[in-house]
Amino acid sequence: MAGRTLFDKIWQAHEICQVDNGQSLLWVDQHLAHEGSFHAFNKLAERDLPVRHPECTIGVADHYVPTISRSLIAVQPKIRNVIEQLISNTRRHGVRLIGLDDPRQGIVHVVGPEQGITQPGLLMVCGDSHTSTHGALGALAFGVGASEVAHVLATQTLWQTKPKRMRITIEGQLAPGVTAKDIALAWISSLGADGARGYAIEYAGSVVESLSVEARLTLCNLSIEGGGRCGMIAPDEKTIEYIKGRAFAPQGEAFEQAAAYWRTLYSDDDAEFDREITLKGEAIEPIVTWGVSPEEALPIGCCVPDPARASSPAKARQIQDSLDYMGLTPGQKLTDVAIDKVFIGSCTNARIEDLRAAAEVLRGKTCKVFGMVSPGSTMVKAQAEVEGLDKIFTEAGLEWRESGCSMCVGMNGDLIASGERCASTTNRNFKGRQGPGARTHLMSPVMVAAAAVTGHLTDIRDTLG
Amino acid sequence: MKPFTRLSSLAAPLSLENVDTDQLIPARFMKESRADGYGGFLLHDMRFDEGGTPRDSILNSPDAKSSEILVTRRNFGGGSSREAAVYALVDFGFRCVIAPSFGDIFASNAVNNGLLPASVSEQDGEQLLEALADKPDHVDIDLASQTITCKSTTISFDINPTWKLKLLNGWDDIDLTLAEAPKIETFREGYKKSFPWLG
Repeated sequence: MAGRTLFDKIWQAHEICQVDNGQSLLWVDQHLAHEGSFHAFNKLAERDLPVRHPECTIGVADHYVPTISRSLIAVQPKIRNVIEQLISNTRRHGVRLIGLDDPRQGIVHVVGPEQGITQPGLLMVCGDSHTSTHGALGALAFGVGASEVAHVLATQTLWQTKPKRMRITIEGQLAPGVTAKDIALAWISSLGADGARGYAIEYAGSVVESLSVEARLTLCNLSIEGGGRCGMIAPDEKTIEYIKGRAFAPQGEAFEQAAAYWRTLYSDDDAEFDREITLKGEAIEPIVTWGVSPEEALPIGCCVPDPARASSPAKARQIQDSLDYMGLTPGQKLTDVAIDKVFIGSCTNARIEDLRAAAEVLRGKTCKVFGMVSPGSTMVKAQAEVEGLDKIFTEAGLEWRESGCSMCVGMNGDLIASGERCASTTNRNFKGRQGPGARTHLMSPVMVAAAAVTGHLTDIRDTLG
Repeated sequence: MKPFTRLSSLAAPLSLENVDTDQLIPARFMKESRADGYGGFLLHDMRFDEGGTPRDSILNSPDAKSSEILVTRRNFGGGSSREAAVYALVDFGFRCVIAPSFGDIFASNAVNNGLLPASVSEQDGEQLLEALADKPDHVDIDLASQTITCKSTTISFDINPTWKLKLLNGWDDIDLTLAEAPKIETFREGYKKSFPWLG
């Protein structure tokens, strides 16, 4: 038998049946719900269907929650209504909820790994595209739409066409100031925002092995920004150690039994991939986006692209459209681009290591621009406060907020004003993502911190001793 | 769901790449009830300025409003998994989007709502946009033969064979799967034995 990839092994373990036209019915171990799941719950209600396995779903309040305080009193009624629907829907169906007042609350993709809900070998889905995050621990995890969420709630299964397999291998070492965010922006800017469309991505190589579990979560999180169906990393001893003792993880003997299985989850030496990409760690630089898609990204030392030099008239119009929206001039040095705001948060880059790294840059400094920090979870927030990171942020002039999706997507009303430019640790620089007319530049937490200090896009390497 | 076989309608051109789901329906509209319709939110910030005044957008022309087909560039519907992006297209009146490529989750959501995501080659896509010459014009689509005809030129399109069947028959996944309940239960018994720590 030919060798199997990590992805093949997990897919096979969950395949209930395959039909002639190539679709497989898959067992779903874990579904994560959030406020946006109301459409799916409504679909169940329309048909008067129960949740088939309520114990396999966990609800987490994140997309619409206020970050100024945990009180819903001042929240706009329509937003409050969406949050309240998550409470009533989970209660009605006997689904566990990590709600607004729960000390474990946070962004669902931060909470999953943090609580040990995310485990190697699991098939996990959520009505959110950044579900790819959980693949960092060796789970097969992907985002689905509301109709598919309703299908999972009603049957605990999902029909899927098997994606092709792509391996992105990053060998060597990262230079100081270069992070998992930069690795992701490097491959996405090279392959395109749909470069991995139709593929399940596995990240491998010495750089990936050396990354912390939290950095791996950032890398897998951004898989969808390159169009990947999911992103995954084979679990290693670092992964197993990370999961040990977490609340939802197996305990005692069951943990040892699970860990023995997890150690079998890797791509065999003779496994074949449909596409192989290799990057050199040393060649990756700190990267920022300049346009309105994560593929429109360049190393910080570059200049804003010139449409006149585009490969085709259509491409030139596309670049011009991005520059018009972003208010940038062709040829302008990226480090000359002045910013108005910074945001440190989101399921991409708001874990404790991200906050520590940003705080280290900001220690004893004063920010030239306004901005806010929304920790990835309430537990991350508590840990940061134990370490005094909150003081570093507030003394530098940034607001220290509660946890939620916040200004990454603005559903709760945390927005960037029209025409304002924000250096952001988030995942999407789409038009209007952070608010109508808002201009977003994506980058790593240390790059956002460096920009906050200087007031313009900045090469973090210039601040390193 | 209403079966999709043939469609003969005006097709509106939208000559942009990477029209993501955040543009298709900005997040601030997603707290609204679907019962009131999402069509008014479609590409809202492309169609209206911040004061709500209509912009000079092809989608604001009377012809676009009666178009059931949208022709656009690569990576349409990338980004967020929000099915509301499809609701906005469907409620506006679209039944088919033609593009060289679609975001995976978007395409799946489209099919689940009876909206056909028809993938064409980059070259055919450009020719179709050229033929439409920046204004809506008549296009015929036949799903069974996977063809698109515009001004006597016929091109073919790709679609996942399962999605084609679902659209042609108007099938609903939940009904199909509930009929497989015994198979699922048998699988679950074996699965629990293999992975006892999952409880």
